[in-house]
Amino acid sequence: MGKKILLDKINIPGIKTYEVYRQNGGYASVEKALKQMTPDEVTEEVKTSGIRGRGGAGFPVGMKWSFIDKKSGNPRHLVCNADESEPGTFKDRYLMEYIPHLLIEGMITSSYALGANLSYIYIRGEYMWVYKILERAIAEAKAAGWLGKNILGSGYDLDLYVHVGAGAYICGEETALIESLEGKRGNPRIKPPFPAVKGLWQNPTVVNNVESIAAVPWIVLNTGEEYAKIGIGRSTGTKLISASGHIKNPGVYEIELGLSVEEFMNSDEYLGGMMNDRPLKALVPGGSSVPILPAHLIYKTAAGEDRLMSYESLSDGGFATGSMLGSGGFIVYNDTSCIVRNTWNFSRFYHHESCGQCTPCREGTGWLEQILHRIENGHGREEDIELLWSIQSKIEGNTICPLGDAASWPVAAAIRHFREEFEYHVRFPEKIKNREHFVNEPFEKVRHLVAKQTV
Amino acid sequence: MSMEKHNFKQEINITPELMARINELTSHYPEDKRKSALIPVLHEVQDAHDHWLSYELQDKVAEILGILPVEVYEVVSFYTMFNRRPIGKYMFEFCQTSCCVTRGVENLMDYTCEKLGVKIGETSADGLFEVRGVECLGACGYAPMLQLGDFYHENLTKEKVDQLIEDCKAGKVTLLDK
Repeated sequence: MGKKILLDKINIPGIKTYEVYRQNGGYASVEKALKQMTPDEVTEEVKTSGIRGRGGAGFPVGMKWSFIDKKSGNPRHLVCNADESEPGTFKDRYLMEYIPHLLIEGMITSSYALGANLSYIYIRGEYMWVYKILERAIAEAKAAGWLGKNILGSGYDLDLYVHVGAGAYICGEETALIESLEGKRGNPRIKPPFPAVKGLWQNPTVVNNVESIAAVPWIVLNTGEEYAKIGIGRSTGTKLISASGHIKNPGVYEIELGLSVEEFMNSDEYLGGMMNDRPLKALVPGGSSVPILPAHLIYKTAAGEDRLMSYESLSDGGFATGSMLGSGGFIVYNDTSCIVRNTWNFSRFYHHESCGQCTPCREGTGWLEQILHRIENGHGREEDIELLWSIQSKIEGNTICPLGDAASWPVAAAIRHFREEFEYHVRFPEKIKNREHFVNEPFEKVRHLVAKQTV
Repeated sequence: MSMEKHNFKQEINITPELMARINELTSHYPEDKRKSALIPVLHEVQDAHDHWLSYELQDKVAEILGILPVEVYEVVSFYTMFNRRPIGKYMFEFCQTSCCVTRGVENLMDYTCEKLGVKIGETSADGLFEVRGVECLGACGYAPMLQLGDFYHENLTKEKVDQLIEDCKAGKVTLLDK
């Protein structure tokens, strides 16, 4: 059993409620921080812990905190990013739904460190019932004296509110989220200035993922040094993994970073292996934006090392043979999956979610979707594969925010590792008419048809 | 979803209860930043008006928040959860992104449409049902699933869809979490 610090209390009956959460040591980090530590000391612990942003980008949390402008004298804000929308990711929802006070405790302790007196949790609109859970939990915390004026007699004031979005993946990008919180369309801002200098209402702001903030209470109570002992190398601590797809036990798991992918996939403690014991075909290890890995690169890296659940190991080999830990959205595909159909599905998603601000993304994602759609539906042309490659390469790096990259990478990786499957679609349109074309006849059985014609 | 401005009429009714909730929401932001409450307020207003927002209703929201109508229009048109036309009372929003596909959502959507006698994005003749495909709802481990009002229905099967339709017809389904 790996160490658990976020979900260790999840099975305690009633842990959703303030009373039970408090009886089990909840809010102790607020007491410790406000009574015994300066804000900078809290930030130092988070820096020492080495925890990296759990939303997907993996930027060190403590370093992000240290950038916040404390000199301008403007009000500061902490905004929790609960706009969880990366396909394959549902961990933040799990935390908020089943142990909401952990996030609220983390928000108070973290806001104290940043000197923020007005903080928000921005939750995606579809999680409406979770929004209500958080609203009720905040009211409980306030009634118990953990929010408001002069908390615990420390002189520190904090107001905390939940703000609900309305269905836009782009609002998970921190500057789009801030725009949305200001009551506007979710168009990402040009950086710099970064939110740490000019964020919400042009005030210094830190935006952190739910899981990052939920780890702060443990770090404050047990020290950053202890946190850094968990995990492997620069991948310190634990990570929530959202597991879905063709596996026996889908769900949310807290793992110690450094666990092997093979153990995570196959042990009964975690995913329990493949659903119906069909062969493993591909893995998207970190949410839809990260490169898809073919079977032979899942358990071992190209160099033959064991592939581990860590930032470094999952990206070992770069985009040529590796992927990314991303948000921890672990999507597993068996041999009945069609990579072309799946890539089209992702491209449709990015096209739908593009905010429309940057031309390469607005137009390019539409092109990707259309071309993939025609290949998948038997109208593809031989040159389409090169065209897809060309378009994705022109979106990547040419947009204000990373949505453009996120739309490009899955297409590039699918062509890189599954090119023959695209060729098969183009050359044998009659064989892919039924959308479940690989259910009865997995690609492995027809691969030879493509190979024959490849000169 | 592009609709002519005057196609649909909507009765506007900002009840005292709704106004109280709007005031509570605006109190969450600094005095001079009331516009920040726009999206949460739109949810409440939409919920209280058969789940859609006519231009006239959007104008009303602008008036309440003291902002320009266009500031409301541009937001309503950006976010997928705001409807600019009347919708079926029970709107089945199936997640159709990759993870749900691995668990058979495509066949389940076909089944549901056939059963209800509707096409995607079309309201049933009695105005009760509508089926839509939406993008990832963050329920990938509990696929296939759909959203109905404020709630998720997960790990769906044909039998569960049948039951849900029956429950809707019998008026036994709660749509809003208030």
